[in-house]
Amino acid sequence: MEYFLQQLINGLTLGAIYGLIAIGYTMVYGIIGMINFAHGDVFMIGAFIAIIAFALVWTTGLASIPLAILLVLVVTMIFTAAYGWAVERIAYRPLRGSFRLAPLISAIGMSIFLQNYVQLLQGARIKPLPPLISGGVILTEGNGFAVQLNYTQMIIIVVTVLLMAAFTLVITRTALGRAQRACEQDRGMAALLGIDVDRTISLTFVMGAALAAVAGLMFALYYGVVDFFIGFLAGLKAFTAAVLGGIGSLPGAMLGGILIGLIEAFWSGYFSVEYKDVAAFSILVLVLIFRPTGLLGRPEVEKV
Amino acid sequence: MLSIAALHTYYGHIEALKGVDLEVNAGEIVAMIGANGAGKSTLLMSICGNPRARSGRILFEGRDITRMPTFEIVRLGIAQSPEGRRIFPRMTVLENLQIGATTAPGRFEEGLAQVFRLFPRMEERRQQRAGTLSGGEQQMLAIGRALMSRPRLLLLDEPSLGLAPMVVKQIFQVIRDINASEGMTVFLVEQNAYHSLRLAHRGYVMVNGRITMSGSGQELLANREVRAAYLEGGH
Ligand SMILES: Nc1ncnc2c1ncn2[C@@H]1O[C@H](COP(=O)(O)OP(=O)(O)O)[C@@H](O)[C@H]1O
Ligand SMILES: [Mg+2]
Repeated sequence: MEYFLQQLINGLTLGAIYGLIAIGYTMVYGIIGMINFAHGDVFMIGAFIAIIAFALVWTTGLASIPLAILLVLVVTMIFTAAYGWAVERIAYRPLRGSFRLAPLISAIGMSIFLQNYVQLLQGARIKPLPPLISGGVILTEGNGFAVQLNYTQMIIIVVTVLLMAAFTLVITRTALGRAQRACEQDRGMAALLGIDVDRTISLTFVMGAALAAVAGLMFALYYGVVDFFIGFLAGLKAFTAAVLGGIGSLPGAMLGGILIGLIEAFWSGYFSVEYKDVAAFSILVLVLIFRPTGLLGRPEVEKV
Repeated sequence: MLSIAALHTYYGHIEALKGVDLEVNAGEIVAMIGANGAGKSTLLMSICGNPRARSGRILFEGRDITRMPTFEIVRLGIAQSPEGRRIFPRMTVLENLQIGATTAPGRFEEGLAQVFRLFPRMEERRQQRAGTLSGGEQQMLAIGRALMSRPRLLLLDEPSLGLAPMVVKQIFQVIRDINASEGMTVFLVEQNAYHSLRLAHRGYVMVNGRITMSGSGQELLANREVRAAYLEGGH
């Protein structure tokens, strides 16, 4: 039981990170119908920006760790969002209205470019983030096993829950969120009502990148190391999470992220660490066989 | 108010508008009638820049809007209820109306009050998903959504299409109402020649991408060719 609880906590932590990245995939897919394959690399850039920002914050001699993390969080979100914005402007907007495969190819090119760019600037070796937060709370103890929720996990889960709540409010309650949903349902009609569609799409990339930035920061805090290639596997899993939850569905992306995190944690905990990725992808295949639109996706056919 | 000269619009190689000239004056209701495929919807959409006219000129209140981006044209005070209504099916009635007010956020309450007064049904259904409304209600929503931007020029594409006679009457009454009470200029295209020409101050007839006739609503209603082509048998 204690072991199970511990895997649950680990899985939720991982799931929070995947869920935050998955939202970016699902939102962009919803609004322009393409998979932004560079999104995983935007997450990776977020992790690097976080590490650089931490280093800069230390030089100012800021003593309070919560304040430092908050500052780094804001800075990372802003700079990573700028990358997300640039990716759309450079790689996708010029191709809007061209053949369907074009933006997809451009996305893969962008992904490779971003990896090489970071490799060139930051080197190919792993970059460490000195442990900032140590300790945690022991939840229960039994059978010689202590269930620990460490402070990093606590921060990750709390920040993710807050962000997702705020984000849901933006989508469901604000003019920007309505504009995004309108563009998703009928872009031409949205323009006919005075919505600046290009700007709305830009802001969608910005929001997705800002959430990926938070995931990047958390990844760096949780694992303590990053390299230019972390975006590949994390991106692939987050994408899997988005498809599992139903691509285009926001609650689906969150749910999918948590499920992938849990599957991974339990598989490594009870079976073998080596095959944890295979487990996540196998579950995806199974779900898609029985529910082709994902867990919370809506059926393609819609009565209007 | 709206002045169109020598407008040509293409879909690929197909020439859908073959040099259209027309005028809509402030305060008027102008109807354009024409058979299915004549180019009526293409004309209304060309005014808003989608599809973009290949040549010719569109002036709105003296301003050249021929090459302006769609969302900017709309911000000048033109609203359209397009062919097929195109309401946002997965949003509520209220959300559809909120999006309609995109260009006039400060006048939201005023717009909402007007729409609910003209279409009390929309108030009853405000929290309902728009995709589950009946055809007539969807048409009311499409017109209401257009009114939410407080336009000076309202473009309506076949507001009577597929609706029960009672609902058609109600919708045409609303058009007459907003024109009379607020002086809103209305340009509508219709296959339903009888109702629209009776409603309109002036009318145009479109055949195959060209305007073949124009005159007051009464004149066109009395015209023998118009009667033979659009009124006798069916309408
Ligand atoms: N999206 C489109 N692509 C190609 N041809 C089109 C398109 N829309 C309309 N057309 C063609 O343009 C002509 C005018 O169509 P339309 O403006 O819809 O006529 P109306 O509204 O009078 O029925 C028709 O021949 C139609 O087939
Ligand atoms: Mg039409």
